[in-house]
Amino acid sequence: MTTLTALCALFAVAVLVLILGYIIWRGVGALNWRFLVDTPKPVGEGGGIGNAIVGSLLLIALASAMGIPFGIATGIYLAEYGGGRLGNLVRFVADTLTGVPSIVVGVFVYSVIVLPMQQFSAFAGGVALAVIMVPIVARTTEEMIRLVPGSLREAALALGAPQWRATLGIVVPAAASGIATGAMLAIARIAGETAPLLFTAFGSRFFSLYLDQPIASLTVQIYNYAISPYDEWHAQAWAATLVLMSLILAINVAVRFFTRQKY
Amino acid sequence: MSTPTPTIKAATERAARRTGDVDLFMPVVTATPKIRVENLNFFYGRTQALHDISLDIPERVVMAFIGPSGCGKSTFLRTLNRMNDIIPNTRVEGRVLIDGRDIYAPGMDVVALRRKVGMVFQKSNPFPKSIFENVAYGLRINRLVRDRAELEARVEQALRDAALWEEVKDRLKASALGLSGGQQQRLCIARALAVKPEVLLMDEPASALDPIATQKIEELIVELKKNYTIVIVTHNMQQAARVSDFTAFFWMGKLIEVNTTEKMFTNPDQKLTEDYITGRFG
Repeated sequence: MTTLTALCALFAVAVLVLILGYIIWRGVGALNWRFLVDTPKPVGEGGGIGNAIVGSLLLIALASAMGIPFGIATGIYLAEYGGGRLGNLVRFVADTLTGVPSIVVGVFVYSVIVLPMQQFSAFAGGVALAVIMVPIVARTTEEMIRLVPGSLREAALALGAPQWRATLGIVVPAAASGIATGAMLAIARIAGETAPLLFTAFGSRFFSLYLDQPIASLTVQIYNYAISPYDEWHAQAWAATLVLMSLILAINVAVRFFTRQKY
Repeated sequence: MSTPTPTIKAATERAARRTGDVDLFMPVVTATPKIRVENLNFFYGRTQALHDISLDIPERVVMAFIGPSGCGKSTFLRTLNRMNDIIPNTRVEGRVLIDGRDIYAPGMDVVALRRKVGMVFQKSNPFPKSIFENVAYGLRINRLVRDRAELEARVEQALRDAALWEEVKDRLKASALGLSGGQQQRLCIARALAVKPEVLLMDEPASALDPIATQKIEELIVELKKNYTIVIVTHNMQQAARVSDFTAFFWMGKLIEVNTTEKMFTNPDQKLTEDYITGRFG
């Protein structure tokens, strides 16, 4: 039994290491400083993914700013007051939403934001990613708050704290690192999303910080380059994949560092 | 069980008389009790957990609740500061008077009640904050201090009262979770004392501690009696005998007997009490 499970574990890790190794092997060749800061250029002239890196970061920040607070608030509601029928409904909808294919979210945001605005935009991309984040953050927040021992809440109430103060002052901080992990997972998830951005943020070959304009992102860039017929662009797609992976790793490490348990 | 269930009223009346007797050598016993419970029934949903309990607890004494697991002693303790309110589908009948005021009366300020009736739990439950912030919490949320200096003074006093100050004074900013089990429990006592309650409820405060830590808590209880009315639930009969002035014996949700601790452990009125204390059941 031990041998079997150990073999399975080894196999899983081996696959992961193979993928990582292959990406590094294929990607590192086209990687250099110019590639990281330049905007795309026509085939044969080099060019880079600087605008896509900035675009991805902007989209992630935008989605996090909308999705994480919403998700955490929903999670607190579910954990603290979600015993009734409304709670069950919210929980069911959240679970369903987690399972919805991300391209459906993209189509939805396309119809409610892009069409009325007559414009692909970074904002629409951010909204699409935020919609994907909310249920993930909400459910992990709920689970993490439920893991906080009831005795902590009782201690606060026994000292004369009203319910809301016990929740916000004691229970939620006690679950903070778990909630941050949930938010981080959600960020890692959306950082790798391509489909919901295809008809929202759309992509761009230029540097842009405008929220009402189309914006580039690493994933869409990788997609476009990977389906192109040019070897140079294929190499750039591999390099961009490596950058995307490093970016997600960096976000993970940073969040872990800033939310480490102080007590 | 061959022992007939005795009438509770008779038991409490006898206890009340005896409470009168001990006036001579128990000068702290006052005419009006600190806590008076009248015909209390308590329900978890349809299950009745407490049956018609009437009991007086005098001021500045230690009263111990003993009885087998599930006999309702913890539930009863938690009715005294309305901690059972947070459990859904529970219901209380009867009256609990503290200083003559019914704490279940409509319009009762539960926050004020819990400030007056502090509680220490079975398992130490310090907040995942610093030692200082643990003790300061009650003071902060109840806005009991005007400035930082007063806050620090109150925290120090509470830690001294809980006999913990000397051990933690150099690391007030350290995590409370780094303390030993016994220290954590004394920290919880300090936290409860900081808001200056009048009554302290203790739910098996030493059950998870080693003998030395237990001894410290027991010494502390005897010391705190000078200023507080203390109600302690315990599984440990020796502990009840060592720290308490009065003992109440619960059995299957009923209050079987209340007596001075001395009488209870030498010559109880009820056969059931005697059987329990001598270890014949439970």
